[in-house]
Amino acid sequence: MSVRDWSERELGVQGRVLDVVRAPHPVLSSASRSVDPADPRVIQLAADLVATMRVSPGCVGLAGCQVGADLHMFSVDVTGHPKTRTSHGTFVLCNARVVEATRKEKAREGCMSVPDLTGDVKRATRLTVTGQLPGSGEDVTVETDAFEARALLHEIDHCDGFLFLDRVAGAHALYPRKTYL
Amino acid sequence: MSPIAITVIGHDRPGIIAETTRVLADLGVNLEDSTMTRLRGHFAMMLICSGAVSADEVERALAGLAADGTLRVSAREVAAEEPLAEAGRPYLLTVHGGDRLGIVAALTRAVADAGGNITDLTTRLSGELYVVVAEVDLPAGTDPDRLGTELKQVSRELDVDVTFGPQEADVL
Repeated sequence: MSVRDWSERELGVQGRVLDVVRAPHPVLSSASRSVDPADPRVIQLAADLVATMRVSPGCVGLAGCQVGADLHMFSVDVTGHPKTRTSHGTFVLCNARVVEATRKEKAREGCMSVPDLTGDVKRATRLTVTGQLPGSGEDVTVETDAFEARALLHEIDHCDGFLFLDRVAGAHALYPRKTYL
Repeated sequence: MSPIAITVIGHDRPGIIAETTRVLADLGVNLEDSTMTRLRGHFAMMLICSGAVSADEVERALAGLAADGTLRVSAREVAAEEPLAEAGRPYLLTVHGGDRLGIVAALTRAVADAGGNITDLTTRLSGELYVVVAEVDLPAGTDPDRLGTELKQVSRELDVDVTFGPQEADVL
């Protein structure tokens, strides 16, 4: 199955909306454990990540550690975002690794786990990532660009125990988050 | 004339920069390097200016800004500084973790003991989360890995996360 054809229906379980953990919390600062994609707990967490991402305004990705689970997996969906070029729709990747990352560009990003700050972060805009789909455990490769590449790199950083705060571009690249009412 | 260092800090409202810089322009004082930002709701300006007037004259001219008691203004003559001949290699230090007393003191002590010079530093307190981002120049001959190891050790004692690495700058 291609990543584009995947949806949370493949998981066969109902996702639950979980609370999002905020920094400073130790689960956000340590590398997550590799997972068995066929483990029922992993399948449930995959559904929970998608469900939580869907109900969170503006959220385009969520890592296991952000809901308190130190498991190397995350959901992503950049569909409809104005900065998206390539999009693979909704998907969850387990044990994802960056294979190739090129053409870095700086942009301002925020995070549900750091709700009141944003920062300028340089990230690759051409990206190849490998991982496994939850449930089937099928090995997949995602080649993407632009905003989906940024979202994937942000989530893989979470799985490795890093926040965007660890990547911020300079002392004047950290900002209070603007809230638009 | 010596450069004049001006600070304005206090309750934020629209027009502080416009009023301050209008007074300076009318005095013939040229605004050179400056930084202006909001710090926990206070507006803070630090300016280095030049002109053929004394700091006392500048402070008197700016007194109207402070008249309602919501802003504090100061102007002082400072020595002219020459740019450093050798800036060193740039590194970026980022720190985040639970807020506690002494995070900046302990980490900047480690940087100073290694001969590092901090050229820019921002801190933000956001709920319990404390974030520090500092730009550090290391003189030639300083071992960045050794300083990185030392900073990790200090961060473990403070129970915060630290990242230390070369400051990326792309020449396009």
